[in-house]
Amino acid sequence: MEALLAQSINLFAAVLLVLAFAMIAQRRILTLIHLFTLQGASLVAATLVVAYLTGQHHLYYSAVITFVLKVVLIPILLHRVIQRLNVRWDVETLFNIPTTMLIGIVLVIFAFNLAAPIASLSASIAHGTLGIALACVLLSFLMMIVRAKAVPQVIGFLSMENGLFFAATAATSGMPMIVELGIAFDVLVGILILGVFMFQIREQFDSLDIRHLEKLKDE
Amino acid sequence: MLHLDWILVLVGAWLGLGLIGLLVLRNTAFVARVLFPAGGAVAIALAAVALAALFDVPETAVLVVGLPDLPFHLRLDGLSAFFLLVIGAAGAGISIFAAGYFRHGEGTPPGLLCLEYHVFLASMAMVLLADDAYAFMVMWETMALSSFFLVTANHRVPSIRQAGFLYLLVAHVGAIAILLCFGVLQANTGDYTFANMRAQSLSPLWASAAFLLATFGFGAKAGIVPLHVWLPEAHPAAPSPVSALMSGVMLKTAIYGVLRVGFDLLSVQIWWWGVLLLSLGLITALFGVTFSAVQTDMKRLLAYSSIENIGLLFVGIGLGVLFKAYGMDSLSALALTAALYHVISHAFFKSLLFLGTGSVLHATGERSLGKLGGLMRRMPWVGWLVLVGVLASSGLPPLSGFVAEWLLLQSFLFTTELPDTFLNMLIPVIAAAIALVAALAGYAMVKFFGVIFLGQPREPKLAEARDASRLERAGLVWLASGCVLLGLFPVPIITVIDRVTHLLIGAGIADTVRRNGWILLAPTALDRASYSPVIFLVVVCVAVLLSIWLVRRFYHGRLRFAPPWDCGFPAQTARMQDTAEGFGQPIRQIFEPVFRMQRELPSPFDDKPVYKVIIEDHFWHWLYLPIAHATELFARVVGRLQQGRIAIYLLYSFVTLIVLLLVVKS
Repeated sequence: MEALLAQSINLFAAVLLVLAFAMIAQRRILTLIHLFTLQGASLVAATLVVAYLTGQHHLYYSAVITFVLKVVLIPILLHRVIQRLNVRWDVETLFNIPTTMLIGIVLVIFAFNLAAPIASLSASIAHGTLGIALACVLLSFLMMIVRAKAVPQVIGFLSMENGLFFAATAATSGMPMIVELGIAFDVLVGILILGVFMFQIREQFDSLDIRHLEKLKDE
Repeated sequence: MLHLDWILVLVGAWLGLGLIGLLVLRNTAFVARVLFPAGGAVAIALAAVALAALFDVPETAVLVVGLPDLPFHLRLDGLSAFFLLVIGAAGAGISIFAAGYFRHGEGTPPGLLCLEYHVFLASMAMVLLADDAYAFMVMWETMALSSFFLVTANHRVPSIRQAGFLYLLVAHVGAIAILLCFGVLQANTGDYTFANMRAQSLSPLWASAAFLLATFGFGAKAGIVPLHVWLPEAHPAAPSPVSALMSGVMLKTAIYGVLRVGFDLLSVQIWWWGVLLLSLGLITALFGVTFSAVQTDMKRLLAYSSIENIGLLFVGIGLGVLFKAYGMDSLSALALTAALYHVISHAFFKSLLFLGTGSVLHATGERSLGKLGGLMRRMPWVGWLVLVGVLASSGLPPLSGFVAEWLLLQSFLFTTELPDTFLNMLIPVIAAAIALVAALAGYAMVKFFGVIFLGQPREPKLAEARDASRLERAGLVWLASGCVLLGLFPVPIITVIDRVTHLLIGAGIADTVRRNGWILLAPTALDRASYSPVIFLVVVCVAVLLSIWLVRRFYHGRLRFAPPWDCGFPAQTARMQDTAEGFGQPIRQIFEPVFRMQRELPSPFDDKPVYKVIIEDHFWHWLYLPIAHATELFARVVGRLQQGRIAIYLLYSFVTLIVLLLVVKS
């Protein structure tokens, strides 16, 4: 049973990675939000399994916080934002999608290569998944860079935080409670501020295309 | 219930009053007639509990609030009880006054103001109770933020916003230093409770680092030169009860911090710390008093006078550290007693004076000394009560200021017993400078009182000035009677302070003092020096009554009516009186290099001559503006990275991340 559960962590990790790739490939914003919700759910599941296996009670707390924030609250907020802004599509990316996917594969190889020595040092049950977590972070970062609209960028940012959180859970059985709480609040406040910004950007430029922001440069 | 529990209940009551204020946001009458007086009652109760706790053993508690696994450790010992007493006693008068003052409603709605005010009071009390760095910093920041919002109550005026921002900036720079100081004090144990810090024995180098950081951090809050710049800006900007609270009470939390770190958390003192505090204090006191003598805005004058008083407090503490470092505990206790006496005395008289300016401001709408005058007749209550504060502030017997300054000068007389010859020569010079400060403070106070209350009104509208309302008077009377009682009965007060000095340095002067009964105050020995305020007052009263009687008896009835000698000026107008600028002119002349003056002299043929002098301090141009310019320059260099494209910015981070990961790997 224990071994099975330990394996299930790897499964969730793999799901996380696949979802990260799916997000890079996805053009529709609505689907993007659904993918993000799914990613959050698998993160919660992984955290619960780690909490059960290691018996660390504070991981349960953080699982609950993650669930409330990333599976319920933020997707709802994002849905409302895209409804109010009336944006469903995101056809423009700075690079085309196949190129981005190729770069993503390079990043995954890089991340695994990097994580291998660290993972062998870690005594945690889920040490093998550190590479995946790192890959998720880098992939989400890549997504933020190549997207031209504001909403997908925000989702990229949030998904990066997912990867980071997973890395912490996998490698060190969770960060200190304080840090987790801090990050949770940061994410919530961040999403609110970004939401306000999105409205402001649209107000100013009649579009959510962040390339308009180039005009704001101070000369 | 323990004393600590009672105090927590009272602090909770303050918070509750504040929250009720939030519910009745715009109901000025309810806020003014119910909430503020209730806050005053809570303050009196707080002072009573603190007084009782002072004579009891220290109490500790753990308050489970805030973040999980990180509770607030609280501790009520003599030092915190003494400062709580100051908060309660001075805060009571200020709250009662505020009940009458906020009737007009300043820029912020009264309910919100009530919340900020009571949160400010509660956070100050909690700072004193904190027994770990976390609780201390949280409360310290709450205090800074709530007072920032109070300062910017009239936030629609740009200059007030600027003053508030400056205050917030200096407060935060100071808070960083305090945080670092706690970091040094916990000596890598990772345990931030004060109990742990007390148990550490730091090497002299690290102890000095902690002490310097504490001096810088708390000095920023207290207004030590050159970190004083926020004080003269923030005080005039704030509503008067808030200035009173900030100057009379909040500055004292910084003094508390210095004492807590210097004597309690650090177990061993080093002699040069004392010299540092002494010289910082002396510079601050001299600087504050010369600037206060040349001000033309009444609240700025008082703000500079606060800087001066903080300087005197630092001098007293510095002397205490010096004596303690050489193992002369009883003399150290004398110096600290002087400082603590000054803490409570300053809390009373400076609050009284700031509140008095508030009444004048409400009655006339003027803050500039050049447009006031002759208010003694229009506002007798405020005039006489402020006179008490002015006398106390200038250090005249038999009021509170004299006792504190006299004790301080007494402790200077013993510096000849220090084993270091260099210090032996240097410190009498400092004592002389302190005497100069005391004299100049008197000068500034004469100017303050004379120009506002005496002479003739300088503006016609002053004739309509009304005296303070009943609640305002009650607050002023409370504070003025505090000044008088503190001056008349020093022996019981010293008995109270004795508990604190016993806690900090294990010695006190109360036993020596009590030997002579409560009438006579002799801090060391009867044949060296003694002072009896009650006898002094009796003699003064008898002399005055006697001369009145003599004049009545021998001169009255022989009145002769004749045209008065009018010096060749048959018509005297208000413009012929000595002005604030004129009165301060000798000081401006003597201390000219200290000021940065811009004068605009009128031409002799101008039929509407205007004379203008702007006095600034050099520190702006020598210290703050260069820092600001350097920051701007640096920002401009960094600004070159700015491309305007978000993808590029993200790419910066991305490349940095990859490079760092590669570095980690190899």
